[in-house]
Amino acid sequence: MQTSAPSDHDELRDALRALCQEFPSDYHREHASKDIYPEDFINALTRDGWLAAMIPEEYGGSGLGLTEASIVMEEINRSGGNAGHCHGQMYNMGTLLRHGSEEQKRAYLPGIASGDLRLQSMAVTEPTTGTDTTKLKTTAMRKGDRYIVNGQKVWISRIQHSDLMILLARTTPLPEVKRKSEGMSIFIVDLKDALGNGMEISPIKNMVGHETNEVFFDNLEIPAENLIGEEGKGFRYILDGLNAERTLIAAECIGDGYWFLERATQYANERIVFDRPIGQNQGVQFPLAKAYVNVEAANLMRFEACRRFDAGEACGAQANMAKLLAADASWEAANACLQTHGGFGFAEEYDIERKFKETRLYQVAPISTNLILSYVAEHILGLPRSF
Amino acid sequence: MKVLVPVKRVVDYNVKIRVKADQTGVETANVKMSMNPFDEIAVEQAVRMKEAGQAEEVIAVSIGPQQAQETIRTALAMGADRGILVQHDGEVEPLAVAKILKAVAEAEGPGVILCGKQAIDDDANQTAQMLSALLGWPQATFVSKLEIGSDEATATREVDGGLETIKVKLPAVCSVDLRLNEPRYASLPNIMKAKKKPIDTKSPADLGVDPAPRLTTVKVAEPPPRQAGVKVADVAELVAKLRDEAKVIG
Repeated sequence: MQTSAPSDHDELRDALRALCQEFPSDYHREHASKDIYPEDFINALTRDGWLAAMIPEEYGGSGLGLTEASIVMEEINRSGGNAGHCHGQMYNMGTLLRHGSEEQKRAYLPGIASGDLRLQSMAVTEPTTGTDTTKLKTTAMRKGDRYIVNGQKVWISRIQHSDLMILLARTTPLPEVKRKSEGMSIFIVDLKDALGNGMEISPIKNMVGHETNEVFFDNLEIPAENLIGEEGKGFRYILDGLNAERTLIAAECIGDGYWFLERATQYANERIVFDRPIGQNQGVQFPLAKAYVNVEAANLMRFEACRRFDAGEACGAQANMAKLLAADASWEAANACLQTHGGFGFAEEYDIERKFKETRLYQVAPISTNLILSYVAEHILGLPRSF
Repeated sequence: MKVLVPVKRVVDYNVKIRVKADQTGVETANVKMSMNPFDEIAVEQAVRMKEAGQAEEVIAVSIGPQQAQETIRTALAMGADRGILVQHDGEVEPLAVAKILKAVAEAEGPGVILCGKQAIDDDANQTAQMLSALLGWPQATFVSKLEIGSDEATATREVDGGLETIKVKLPAVCSVDLRLNEPRYASLPNIMKAKKKPIDTKSPADLGVDPAPRLTTVKVAEPPPRQAGVKVADVAELVAKLRDEAKVIG
């Protein structure tokens, strides 16, 4: 399918597509239906360096930008897979890279690049605080050369398939800080050490078979040297990574969008009803054409967000807008694709019901579409704050 | 030893080929192009030889337009060390290719030349054989297994009815078959490294070769469309049709 993407990355896409083709639809279907983490697929992507795209060359990565990283995510989803199993590493690694000490970078980045270490998890959300992050209740209190963590997190993904996790916790109680965004810090948690020693996890069964969990901290001890950056500035560090996260997720939506459109077009060309392909009917054509137009438009905003991020320019507006446009476009494409397939779209073997559920998630995570609209209304248009 | 691997830029094997309206050839405008799959097998073999310490340097050479550089980059990303592009925009027939490769081989002095057994666009299956004759080197064609010794190579060839194993003195020309190996995927770090590897550009004239075609293409046409099948009621009707209409059984 022809797309408006610039052709500069065709070489990367070709190699990545060849690798992804080794893992056809039935591989992803089987893993998703049994809630099994696609270990072989993630290992293959790691082995060939794709998940280390953004790690600088001196630490064993390829030193590429968000543009290239987003292409990796897009191609995974476009091939029928689900980048949700591995996208954490792309943006978590950025937090470590931008704010970690030289010692921390040397300790972790080469292992992440080679695949010996996985940094797939980030623990921010809590049962009572989602986007209202500054009210989070998990605390990390300094005691000698350690921090003692207490509290609870929820929707923490990939923790069972990761070695490391970035944790946001309050290090100064809310009443004692001038601004509510101060007094929070981020830490690297070694998950193997933590599990059973003050950290417990409880998996959450969910609609898309995504590995996600509740996490409980009861006097978990973290060495003080695992603090990333300065104590009290953790919230700012986390926000930095969110633009990357949103842009990467936009690219995943776009990959999904093309996948739905390719499947739908193929089916509409082949399926004969009343002696002619159903794709000859404008009632079938137009929803697909409309979805294609919207996926393409979202793709332009996604590449603009990537360009700004890679040039070191402010990209909050573009990253958020790309996420909104792309999530809406992939959902529209999913609906059009399901409708085109009629009853067959509901059969597991067509993979559409699986991708349909997976792409629905992007309306909600990692940020719901309404909150993006609030951001645009209040921070870009300058309307009064509603919360 | 050096290993020379010729790589050809062809229409990607996944693309549905379309014949040009004027029947002079196939459509290549806006069509995805890739490395000839048999050449990928040759590159893979050369890179494995290097990894096994049997080769010091792998050189990928392509003859074609400027864009054939991309094909060379693919070989470099798989592990070849450097590339040579013999730039020529028109059609190049197997004899001209063989003459150009002979000139490159004389300049580079490889211990073995690994070719794909044929290109998937013209299916000529001539270049390796012509090259071997022009150089006066032994040839091992349709190789499905290859062992390189110090001054000779043992090659297993896929022939009608089985496998034939031969020994050839080095330097030699080998054409590789499908089952020799399974080519690797280029990894991201290797794609990035390939961008920094050198590619020399030459013209056929630099190598003293006139690539003007000697053949004229009369016509290129689509195969006839497949006819719809028929349903038969039972085995007796099927046998009758095979005997009386299709005349495939007596």
